[in-house]
Amino acid sequence: MNASAAKPHKKRIQTVLEHASGDKRFKILEVHMKKHQFRQDALIEVLHKAQELFGYLEDDLLLFVSVKLKLPPSRVYGVATFYHFFQLKPQGRHACVVCMGTACYVKGADKIIDAIAQKYKVRPGETTADNQLSLLTARCIGACGIAPAVVYDGTVTPRATPESALEHINQWMTQ
Amino acid sequence: MIFNDLIAIKEKEIAGRKKIVLRCCLAAGCMSSNSKGIKEQLEKAVAEAGLQNEVEVRGVGCMKLCCEGPLVAADPQNALYVRVTAANAPSIIAALKGGKADAAQTDPNAPFFAKQHSIVLANSGSVDPERIESYIAADGYQALHEVLHEMTPKEVVETMVKCGLRGRGGAGFPTGLKWGTVAKSPGAKKYVICNADEGDPGAFMDRSVLESDPHSVLEGMAIAAYAVRADQGFIYVRAEYPLAIARLQIAIKQAKQMGLLGAGIFESPFNFNVDLRIGAGAFVCGEETALMMSVEGKRGTPRPRPPFPAESGLFGCPTLLNNVETFANVPAIYRRGADWFAGIGTEKSKGTKVFALAGQIKNTGLLEVPMGTPLRVIVEEMGGGAPNGGKIKAVQTGGPSGGCIPAQHLDTPVDYESLNKLGSIMGSGGMIVMDDSTNMVEVARFFMEFCMDESCGKCVPCRAGTVQMHHLLDKIASRQATARDLKKLEELCDLVRNTSLCGLGQTAPNPTLSTLRFFRNEYEALLQPELHGNGEIKKPTVTT
Repeated sequence: MNASAAKPHKKRIQTVLEHASGDKRFKILEVHMKKHQFRQDALIEVLHKAQELFGYLEDDLLLFVSVKLKLPPSRVYGVATFYHFFQLKPQGRHACVVCMGTACYVKGADKIIDAIAQKYKVRPGETTADNQLSLLTARCIGACGIAPAVVYDGTVTPRATPESALEHINQWMTQ
Repeated sequence: MIFNDLIAIKEKEIAGRKKIVLRCCLAAGCMSSNSKGIKEQLEKAVAEAGLQNEVEVRGVGCMKLCCEGPLVAADPQNALYVRVTAANAPSIIAALKGGKADAAQTDPNAPFFAKQHSIVLANSGSVDPERIESYIAADGYQALHEVLHEMTPKEVVETMVKCGLRGRGGAGFPTGLKWGTVAKSPGAKKYVICNADEGDPGAFMDRSVLESDPHSVLEGMAIAAYAVRADQGFIYVRAEYPLAIARLQIAIKQAKQMGLLGAGIFESPFNFNVDLRIGAGAFVCGEETALMMSVEGKRGTPRPRPPFPAESGLFGCPTLLNNVETFANVPAIYRRGADWFAGIGTEKSKGTKVFALAGQIKNTGLLEVPMGTPLRVIVEEMGGGAPNGGKIKAVQTGGPSGGCIPAQHLDTPVDYESLNKLGSIMGSGGMIVMDDSTNMVEVARFFMEFCMDESCGKCVPCRAGTVQMHHLLDKIASRQATARDLKKLEELCDLVRNTSLCGLGQTAPNPTLSTLRFFRNEYEALLQPELHGNGEIKKPTVTT
């Protein structure tokens, strides 16, 4: 690696570490890494904690993790982009996850997605323009007995319909 | 902890039980309908009626009839209340002393329950998953003691071979053979991994076992570790199962506190630790080599075999990897004997299988039946048939790797070989019932979209093949495809099946091939004729 390419990289790491020292969340994340003895194979657990603390995994956060775990940034970025669970973009104030497992699909989950997408002008995997709502799909949350299942901000609700989903989201929007 | 200590805990737990027990389901499905709040209301109503010394309100695991949740059962009355609300609580308590409660009930002896044969789900719905004492009272950890003190690792493997258990994750590989291979592999460090990724959409058997009876999995893993001489175990759980993760963490902590995990278990030289590893939403990580990559903190891409994980797996060490349901069978097999287990099921498929029955069916939930039970019994007698007078069109098994069994084959017995013959697989246990309103081309497209999204991208046949097959299925579904497109689709299915690196790609064409086999007319009805350049319809060429 030629020296002139290394310099901006080192400077960015400096900036990231300086910024981190002023934000308590980075300290909590570092404690979590220490709990796993800073082992490189704990990367996925660390990224889970990072997403829990920061809401999403932005580039500087990934750089911080790579420095602390002594991993190449490309490796950390590669893992963060591989798994569906990790969000690399900021999320909306509320998250609505519609399960698209087979049982939920057979019971009309796609109609629920269409209804929400149409009313709030947002596609699955995206956030509304006003940052209020993120519409996500899950491939199966294992709640097939109560299909169709929808998760509103972490709470699983049973036997959803397009009407009940729109009503729930409407309540969020008017709060 | 010695054997007498274990029995003392069991006896103390049983002695402390009250005459009347109200069991409240606290598995994820019922929890989503506030079953925890209902349990609290029941406890409050018990206190208000002054019945604390006579009535125990116990939080338990999955009570199987998920569509009728929240479920509350009253023993010894043998009453089963369904769709319970907090308002029902006082009435249910009053009914304990006689009379009928003002709450909906269902028959606990209905075929859905009566025809089940519980081994894996024996404790589900009766044991409190958050108290190890409750598991011990149900003879928990006695099998582990027997194994550690009365059997050599070689004898443990022989028992597993004799009982005929086959892997319940879907492939049905003989478990005894797998344990034997890992046991024989040289190496000082070996691992045992429990695959709790359960990625098949429509499957929730493993989730229920982990939430309802986590200790059965821990005990099973410990017995396996002793057999193969491993000292470290991992349970790889998908991130979408937060309740299962929490229950496992509690179970591991309690087992460690009692010395049933850790160093010198039951005062023997055997050490075994179990750690959790959380997934992050990748279906491909259910594949064993991809799973191991994920445990190592890397992208979950599979690799070719050989070398097999039994020789070189996690961190390059010999690794035993089995499914949750496989491990959950283990304690019972060592407690009751290989011959007992081999006496259930069929010649080549021993034991029971847990199915997650869902879709267009009246009774949605979990059922455990002996291998060889006809599909018709499961779907019509136990499942109650399609709702609203609909007719069953097909039963889908094996998730995105499986196929659809049409109504005319409902008398097929459920075992590995019979389902393979019909172009499907047993799979992990997800069973989705489809009725006349289901469009089979749409089903094939749905599963192909899933495989396309979940493809890891490492090998070309799967990465590019699933995209092309999905595109063709889309074209067919939207009435823009010709007979030539259908032929191309079939050729692609053959190519992807035979050249993909791992099971995801190899089985991605299965739903398409299965629906083509039994519902070809639905595909052909959507095809458009080929046109000449001037817009005239071409005469169809002879199709093979």
